[in-house]
Amino acid sequence: FLSLFQQRIEIQKLREGDNLILGFSIGGGIDQDASQNPFSEDKADKGIYVTRVSKGGPAEVAGLRIGDKIMQVNGWDMTMVTHDQARKRLTKKKEDVVRLLITRKSLEETVRQSMMQH
Amino acid sequence: MDNESQYSGYSYKSSHSRSSRKHRDRRDRHRSKSRDSSSRADKSVTIQAPGEPLLDAESTRGDDRDDNWGETTTVVTGTSEHSVSNEDLTRASKELEDSSPLECRRFAGPVLSGILGLFALLTPLAFLLLPQLLWRDSLDPCGTPCEGLYVSLAFKLLVLLISSWALFLRPPRATLPRFFVFRCLLMALVFLFVASYWLFYGVRVLEPRERDYRGIVGYAVSLVDALLFIQYLALVLLEVRHLRPAFCLKVVRTTDGASRFYNVGHLSIQRAAVWVLDHYYTDFSVYNPALLNLPKSILSKKMSGFKVYSLGEENSTNNSTGQSRAMIAAAARRRDNSHNEYYYEEAEMDRRVRKRKARLVVAVEEAFTHIKRLQDDEVAASPKHPREVMDPREAAQAIFAPMARAMQKYLRTTRQQPYHSMESIIAHLQFCITHNMTPKAFLERYLTPGPTMQYQRENGRGRQWTLVSEEPVTSALRQGLVFSLRRLDFALVVTVTPLPFFNLGEEFIDPKSHKFVMRLQSETSV
Repeated sequence: FLSLFQQRIEIQKLREGDNLILGFSIGGGIDQDASQNPFSEDKADKGIYVTRVSKGGPAEVAGLRIGDKIMQVNGWDMTMVTHDQARKRLTKKKEDVVRLLITRKSLEETVRQSMMQH
Repeated sequence: MDNESQYSGYSYKSSHSRSSRKHRDRRDRHRSKSRDSSSRADKSVTIQAPGEPLLDAESTRGDDRDDNWGETTTVVTGTSEHSVSNEDLTRASKELEDSSPLECRRFAGPVLSGILGLFALLTPLAFLLLPQLLWRDSLDPCGTPCEGLYVSLAFKLLVLLISSWALFLRPPRATLPRFFVFRCLLMALVFLFVASYWLFYGVRVLEPRERDYRGIVGYAVSLVDALLFIQYLALVLLEVRHLRPAFCLKVVRTTDGASRFYNVGHLSIQRAAVWVLDHYYTDFSVYNPALLNLPKSILSKKMSGFKVYSLGEENSTNNSTGQSRAMIAAAARRRDNSHNEYYYEEAEMDRRVRKRKARLVVAVEEAFTHIKRLQDDEVAASPKHPREVMDPREAAQAIFAPMARAMQKYLRTTRQQPYHSMESIIAHLQFCITHNMTPKAFLERYLTPGPTMQYQRENGRGRQWTLVSEEPVTSALRQGLVFSLRRLDFALVVTVTPLPFFNLGEEFIDPKSHKFVMRLQSETSV
């Protein structure tokens, strides 16, 4: 059995002038070259990863970390989307809050280790 | 050694440098004639190509070469300079007495320059004293200015003396085949200078009995000033000019191809040769003639394939040359597997050496565990267990026995046994024990062939080297020059190339300009 340990993060968008920003950058997508992703364990993983978290921004405050893989945004699946689609789903002007389902490598490893101890 | 190394004549000739080939060819022609005649008379079984031993007949034979390797008579001296004080003259003469089989030519140069320097140093004092001695009463009294001049004269003479001692007073290092141009120039300059001063002194002061003593003192001071400047010139010409590197010398040893690169300044060929020899003795691993030859099992296979029977012909002289040439040609056409055998032989040799080395290392480590240093406080405890206290020599002899066999086998495998006698090994062991060295430090001397310096015996006689060059040896180094330094059984070929000229440019990097991005294909911030 494989259980994925995931975390739910809720980010409040911050209004800066005319834009609503979340305070992180994403990379990846099905139209991108997955082998250049430094955060993924499996280099064929074309998911969306967090590549940078701006200091003190809403994402960092909410607990997002660099290297996290975003599985869902507000219920929308992000594992098989293009880069642009991902960007659009995160930057909808009508939404003030985004709820992300992320998975983090360190979480997986602690899970694996605790599984091995049994 | 003669019957072990049979080379064909071709490979022997081609391995030697161009410049020495003239001499070699003349000698070789004589020798090959005599060899051919002996093989022609040999009417029986195998044909051997006219081979020549690797060494000349004149060079020391294999058996006694082991003992007096590298030592023949020598004539060598000095690049030292200028002035020598009295005590050093006596020291030089004592040196002469100690190492008597030397030729006196070694010290001719330094002694001559020493005498000249001494003469030059004493001249100002003579200039001052002669008027005082000869016509003291009629001299003008000379007050404070003279005293100032006396003091400056004394100090300048002191400075001259000390700097000559520091710079020029060194034991001679080498005899150069031709005159050392700069040194001769300087000596001539000093001689001319002092002679002209004496001339003027004789004519202007001694003859008319000059009364102005202050002038005389000034004259002496000017001489000393000029001597100081000549010494400065000597310093620059002899010591400083060749310090800044300008040429790159490539030194290759003809027998096994060991090579090095050195940077030197502007020197003449003979001085560069001395410089190269200085570094040869500490940088190059020792020349081991036993390691040179391909095992004869590989080479002789080429020749031993064919057997020729001459069926009772009396005048076979003409035929056998034709036959031997045919044999060589046929052997060359045969399929040549010797590279294969060489490869396997080398691998086998490596394995053997490594095995012996492992045995040696284990034996030595074990041997060293048998002894330990006696601490001072343990002496008090000795009445209970009276242990035999040994000095280093006895300790060395005690632990030498278990490792002797492994050591001997290892040295024989690496062909080093001529360089290490049992006595020298025990002496080295004693040395290592005294200085608390580990077995690895003890073995350092035997596991790698050290520089030639390590195997020199301590005696005053030097080494004979011949400088072979197509240009006169006092000419300066320049690009493309080739000269060689020859010993009896090997030579060092030196090639000169100028150091490249560097065009150094400048580029300024702002420390804030170091910026990096992730190499993802696209990154969007949200």
